[in-house]
Amino acid sequence: MTFGQFLLVAVLAVPALGAVAVVATPADRAARLVGTVAAGLTLLAALPLAAGDRGWFAWSGTAPAVRPWHQLDLPWVPGLELRFHLGVDGISYPLVVLTALLTLLCCAYSLYRVPAGGSGRTLVALLLVIEVGILGTFLALDLVLFFLFFEVVLLPMYAVIAGWGGEDRRRAARKFVLYTLFGSVLLLVGVYVVVSAAGTADIVALTGGGGLSRGTQLFAFTLLALAFAVKSPLWPLHSWLPDAHTQAPTVGSVVLAGVLLKMGTYGLIRVAVGVAPEGARWAAPVLGVLAVAAILVGALVCLAQTELKRLIAYSSVGHMGFVLLGVATLTSTGIQAALIGNVAHGVITGLLFFLAGAVKDRTHTGALAELSGLRETAPRLAGLLGFAAIASLGLPGLAGFWGEAFAVIAAIEVGGPLWTTLGVLAAVGGALTAAYFLRLLRQVTHGRPSPAVGRLAPTLAGGELTAWAPLVLLALAIGLAPALVLGIAEAPVNALVEVLP
Amino acid sequence: MTQNVVQSVDHVALLPAYLAAGTAVLVLVTDLVLARSRATLAVAALGAVATAVGAALVGAGDERRTFCAAADCSYVFGGRAALVGALFALLTLGVLGLSGGHLRAGRAPVGEYCFLLACSMTGGVVLGAAGDLITLIVALETLTLPLYVLVGLRRGSLASAEAAVTFFVVSVVATTVSLLGAALLYAVTGELHLGRLGALLAERQELHDLPLTAAAGALLLLGLAFKVAAVPFHAWAPATYDGAPLPVAAYLSTASKLGGVVALLAVVSAAIPADLTGPVLALLAVLTMTVGNLVALRQWRTVRLLAWSSVAQAGYILAPLGALAAGRTGEARAGAYAAALAYAVFFVLLELAAFAGVTALRPADADGGALDELRGAARRHPWLGAGLGLALIGLAGLPPGLAGLFAKVTVVRSLLGGGSGWLALVVAINAVIGLAYYLRLAASLYAVPAPGTPAPAAGAARPVAVVLAVATVAAVVVGFAPQLVLDLAGG
Repeated sequence: MTFGQFLLVAVLAVPALGAVAVVATPADRAARLVGTVAAGLTLLAALPLAAGDRGWFAWSGTAPAVRPWHQLDLPWVPGLELRFHLGVDGISYPLVVLTALLTLLCCAYSLYRVPAGGSGRTLVALLLVIEVGILGTFLALDLVLFFLFFEVVLLPMYAVIAGWGGEDRRRAARKFVLYTLFGSVLLLVGVYVVVSAAGTADIVALTGGGGLSRGTQLFAFTLLALAFAVKSPLWPLHSWLPDAHTQAPTVGSVVLAGVLLKMGTYGLIRVAVGVAPEGARWAAPVLGVLAVAAILVGALVCLAQTELKRLIAYSSVGHMGFVLLGVATLTSTGIQAALIGNVAHGVITGLLFFLAGAVKDRTHTGALAELSGLRETAPRLAGLLGFAAIASLGLPGLAGFWGEAFAVIAAIEVGGPLWTTLGVLAAVGGALTAAYFLRLLRQVTHGRPSPAVGRLAPTLAGGELTAWAPLVLLALAIGLAPALVLGIAEAPVNALVEVLP
Repeated sequence: MTQNVVQSVDHVALLPAYLAAGTAVLVLVTDLVLARSRATLAVAALGAVATAVGAALVGAGDERRTFCAAADCSYVFGGRAALVGALFALLTLGVLGLSGGHLRAGRAPVGEYCFLLACSMTGGVVLGAAGDLITLIVALETLTLPLYVLVGLRRGSLASAEAAVTFFVVSVVATTVSLLGAALLYAVTGELHLGRLGALLAERQELHDLPLTAAAGALLLLGLAFKVAAVPFHAWAPATYDGAPLPVAAYLSTASKLGGVVALLAVVSAAIPADLTGPVLALLAVLTMTVGNLVALRQWRTVRLLAWSSVAQAGYILAPLGALAAGRTGEARAGAYAAALAYAVFFVLLELAAFAGVTALRPADADGGALDELRGAARRHPWLGAGLGLALIGLAGLPPGLAGLFAKVTVVRSLLGGGSGWLALVVAINAVIGLAYYLRLAASLYAVPAPGTPAPAAGAARPVAVVLAVATVAAVVVGFAPQLVLDLAGG
């Protein structure tokens, strides 16, 4: 076993064993500490994955479209074409690191504050299990294994929402789990449509179409795209998301928005587009139209929102719309925009939910009308909220800019009346995004302090700063040096685009 | 056809059946002589273990046939028969483990109870090896007959008596229908051996095309569909399960259902051409899973919910068989049979664990009760609650219940391999509906109990906890190594 293979296993095994250790530790605070250490070790195991031999068969003529830096391929259930095949490349690596980082921050935040509802120990254990599922999804190079990890996330996330959520948590949790299971079962059918036609579940071998007939590809892409559209979520299949985000506890919202949604967009790029490229080409206009609809609908709904977390949740619908628009163009620019948009959204929206959670914990209300004047009493919190909101609306120089701008550029580059219109409309949606975030800032930070805000102390806790600082720095770093993500994503994306029909 | 008057009988092949029948006799004798309930239970349990071991040992060797007329044998003990026999023995053992509270409460006579269970087990063991229609139906009846009594054995319970009568009437009608089907098939072909029937109908197109053949096959299948409680022949199941004592309900929904599945598989895979059975079974499968799941959504009694859910599960088992129509390759067919059997194996394991969990969390000798009575149970008994929760999630087919997930995957894979994408989609959508009620029950285990709920149940008796633990461990093991089950079911 090479060092890379060891790391791949460690990235999954450490949080899994960590979850067991957390459950086995009797003392609550010690258990949370154990969980945080496990999450930290996972991040440490994930970071060196980048140190692989990246060019090992890039020059050979018959190179496959997926060229993992490291991979591990073991048989598991031959009767179901399931192999334990893991690998990491430039498309998955940023998401792997983002997942490991956000989970670590959430665990660390749980040391500082446990939401009401259950023990912090169980919450941390569930976060680690969710991490296993998400990381496994990003690392899987076998379709069936991908599906398996995709499913792992469902129930722990349900438990997090139902156990530690807000007033209406049961309904929101049930809606989340049933909606996303609906997506997952379509994924299952889609996966086996591909597997039974191709006779293999190896994503490396299947990327580029793998000799599937056009009919199979169209059918498979429809199923897979629907599955991922539920998860991403794509308008009009998004309605689980606002409820789930609003009701989930802060750490739940952060994981949900930060990385869980990315399973959908990542799956769309790696599995749906990769395995059924003809289907992708065929369905691209529909996908593009829906993505732009998501941008516009998300923005318009946000303009009318009166609740902080709900507004951020709907803003996710819009942001994921940009990501999906990028994917739908099926160009190198578009897919790279989607990838950096994914990462940026994870960082910024993660931060936004942390901040919204902090505001709600302090004031016990999320209604925008009752939050005026935050700047007066809690200037640091208001400043950070302003920073995150501005990053999210896509100010150049911050992380949110690249994904949105290049998604629009990619759509215009594709040309033709449809895509040009879509590009223009998406740009309008970008402007609306700015409008609602500025409205949010005006309502929340400016004005006279409301009674709820007036009582606040200006200080921030150490636990909060620890959890937020890395996200603030990353939002800046990705904004100033997008090459951090694009540099490693460019080669695999180009390889993928080359095999598209 | 000439035939020797004296047949040579392969007693090794019959060993598992001897062991099972011997268990029944021994239980009866022990009860008469010793009259100690503990001893009777121990004998029954040991006999079940011996039967399981015997089936496994005999099955490990080559396929053995006996009671043969020319090339056709009435008793074929191969790998699949060994799997079925061992499963029946183990399920019987599990149900015996669950029965402690019921028997100790004095609501049922121990000797008779164990004797009847062992008789039923004998029927199951023979059923797996049945090579002709008569053996098949007699074995199935041997499996079912003791259950009428077991269901009604709860002294002083009107519900139990009602359940027994419902079950008895429906089951007898079903058997009659099956027998009529078998008789008509015999009238058409002059054959009863499953393999010979299949070969004959495949060879002689004019027999195959006779309307009577189709009618006979349909009658035979419908009779068997009663046994697996497939919609629209399911109405007896919820009432019977709910009226029966909990361990007997567990037996009904695992062993008895497995019996129906095995009989259906034998008929469908060997005797009647797939193009006759496929459409009927596909329709049955769709109806069964959809109706079962939708009605289960509205149940408020635990056992009724499990009963309706097990109706729905029968639909998933039937689905791969329904995917078979004319022109499919032999490989796809073998895959479909293996998938149905594999699903049944995963299912009985999880269902036994679920019933063990409910038994463990309820007071001794209580019935399943209302769903609300289990509210918060996992907070009082974390391990038992986790076991039940895992079983329910497994039945829903989601991680961490990997066994159930792989069961669903197996079915979907075989459906798509057989070119029945629409049926796969129906299964998939049904899995979503199923999760809604399984999750409701599982989540209520962890909910905060409402104020004013009755006093918490006493901790479970040890045998019940052991059954739950063993079933859970087995489910976890096959969850990580599903190939074990797939190999056994395919062999």
